Amino acid sequence: MVNIDILKQSLSQVLGSLEHELLIAQDEVTLEIGKQHLLMISEQLRDNKLLSFDMLMDVCGVDYLDYGIAEWETQQATSTGFDRGVEHGLDRERVIVWHKPRFAVVYHLLSTVYNYRLRVKVFLTEEDLMVDSVVNIWPAANWFEREAFDFFGILFVNHPDLRRILTDYGFIGHPFRKDFPLSGNVEVRYDATEGRVIYVPVEIEKRVLVPKVIRDDHRYILEPTKLSGEAVWEQKK
Amino acid sequence: MAEIKNYTLNFGPQHPAAHGVLRLVLELDGETVVKADPHIGLLHRATEKLAESKPFNQSIGYMDRLDYVSMMCNEHGYVMAIEKLLGITPPLRALYIRTMFDEITRILNHLLWVGAFALDLGAMAVFLYAFREREDLMDCYEAVSGARMHATYYRPGGVYRDLPEKMPQYQPSKWTSKKVLQERNKDRQGSLLDFIAAFTERFPKLVDEYETLLTDNRIFKQRTVNISPVTAERAKALGFTGPMLRATGVAWDLRKKQPYAAYDRVEFDIPVGKTGDCYDRYLVRMEEMRQSNRIIKQCIEWLRHNPGSVMLEDYKVVPPDRALMKSNMEALIHHFKLFTEGYCVPPGEVYSAVEHPKGEFGVYLISDGANKPYRLKIRAAGFAHLAALDELSQGYMLADVVAILASQDIVFGEIDR
Repeated sequence: MVNIDILKQSLSQVLGSLEHELLIAQDEVTLEIGKQHLLMISEQLRDNKLLSFDMLMDVCGVDYLDYGIAEWETQQATSTGFDRGVEHGLDRERVIVWHKPRFAVVYHLLSTVYNYRLRVKVFLTEEDLMVDSVVNIWPAANWFEREAFDFFGILFVNHPDLRRILTDYGFIGHPFRKDFPLSGNVEVRYDATEGRVIYVPVEIEKRVLVPKVIRDDHRYILEPTKLSGEAVWEQKK
Repeated sequence: MAEIKNYTLNFGPQHPAAHGVLRLVLELDGETVVKADPHIGLLHRATEKLAESKPFNQSIGYMDRLDYVSMMCNEHGYVMAIEKLLGITPPLRALYIRTMFDEITRILNHLLWVGAFALDLGAMAVFLYAFREREDLMDCYEAVSGARMHATYYRPGGVYRDLPEKMPQYQPSKWTSKKVLQERNKDRQGSLLDFIAAFTERFPKLVDEYETLLTDNRIFKQRTVNISPVTAERAKALGFTGPMLRATGVAWDLRKKQPYAAYDRVEFDIPVGKTGDCYDRYLVRMEEMRQSNRIIKQCIEWLRHNPGSVMLEDYKVVPPDRALMKSNMEALIHHFKLFTEGYCVPPGEVYSAVEHPKGEFGVYLISDGANKPYRLKIRAAGFAHLAALDELSQGYMLADVVAILASQDIVFGEIDR
């Protein structure tokens, strides 16, 4: 199988003094870099004979807005009893503190030469939601970047054809952001008087069937795994 | 002389050769394709966003509906990601069952593909024969899960239940004669494993029959040989995986390179092509069916001799069985917690990939320690393949676009998600 130590060594050799962070969890290597270095590092990752990441498997956006926020209190609530319902915007408990910017673009690379996998992560702030496109390095990025643009509104600089891809023609908003409601904002119906299909505000009432809770129940699991990236997330006492 | 301009043609979204709902905007110069612009998303259901709003186990059923011709392989990718984060390993018997059903699924997928491919090129018969065999495999799905297609059979910690000891049989009716009924029930006298074993005995010969219809068929070869060949370098750059990559001559198969389930315990070969054209993609898939058959045989052999549990007995993740739940207080509490709230997965992120019949099916899962996924990203093989359609079809004729599209094995359930 994949030899992570060799990969780690090669990575630090190739990246040298460039600012980066290497995280290893679940036998997977994550490389966090600043967006200013993305193009240069990507080229190195692909062309350096020690790494040869010749395939880009996936590009996706992540929105960390709600990371570590539970809809139910589980720590203190027993003395006052539980409230079964979930009211939007209320009672949200932040269990894990998130220090990093809101958005991230995640690249999954594969080296068919050495059989390595690598995850490259670039964090982006909401104010500056732009990152260089890697289409010229891995042509496979084309549609994946369009998808990330469509769903999260992340702009890829120098992308040849940055259009929406999966949502409807003329769609407004970026549906996979955490502040975009699951049931959407508009619905379509046929209007007999106007004789065409029209958009109207959505009528579905928002509701939560199973509230999101964060527990450390997994301490019971027979073969416990180490919590990944403990340095990053600090558990609130 | 009159000035001749390129014109655009809308191919789909309701074209029978568009394999679902693809709107392909073709720019044509006469009958030659200058540019192909696939418009996708007509089947977009936001599976990933829906999964973020439900406990982990409730999304397994959505996975079946992604690529709806290779249901269990999708489940496998998702379930493996959860297991990796939880740090649990299912019992070996469950891993063998998964391996066997992954290969049954591969045959299901390739049978549909070869039928549809031939149909798109004007050969009707293969489709009918392929569906005859699919029917038997669907019965296997039904026997283990109760559903012919959307099985929801794989669960974190194993598979939902053990293989049935008795294969369901056709019942007498006034429309079937006794003789026909006997013939239909011939292979169904024993267990499910006996039924699958009988299938694996007759299947290689059936693949030969399909090959007789197509492999040396002059019309078929004219339509596929040397149509859109791809080099190995270009295929890698474009993110091709699965048979699309192997047809170019790269022996890349996750079942061998990064083995999961019980693939490191079974023997099989990786077929590769030479030129990466439509014909090679066909040949690779035909050989893959034979190899799958080989794997299934080995799995049957092992499963016959190794009875045992097919689910972990860890009630924090896996619900206790019904009898225990009715008699044991603690089991009842576990049952209640699992079905009202689900289990919480430790914070972290994983990418798990399986060798899906169409290529690499990857699931990128981020958890923040909650009972629901924080973010789920599905990497569908067909997405990267369809993205390359523009490049593959440039310079070819309009009729070749149909062949190229069909050779990519496109299913919109997974591309649009």
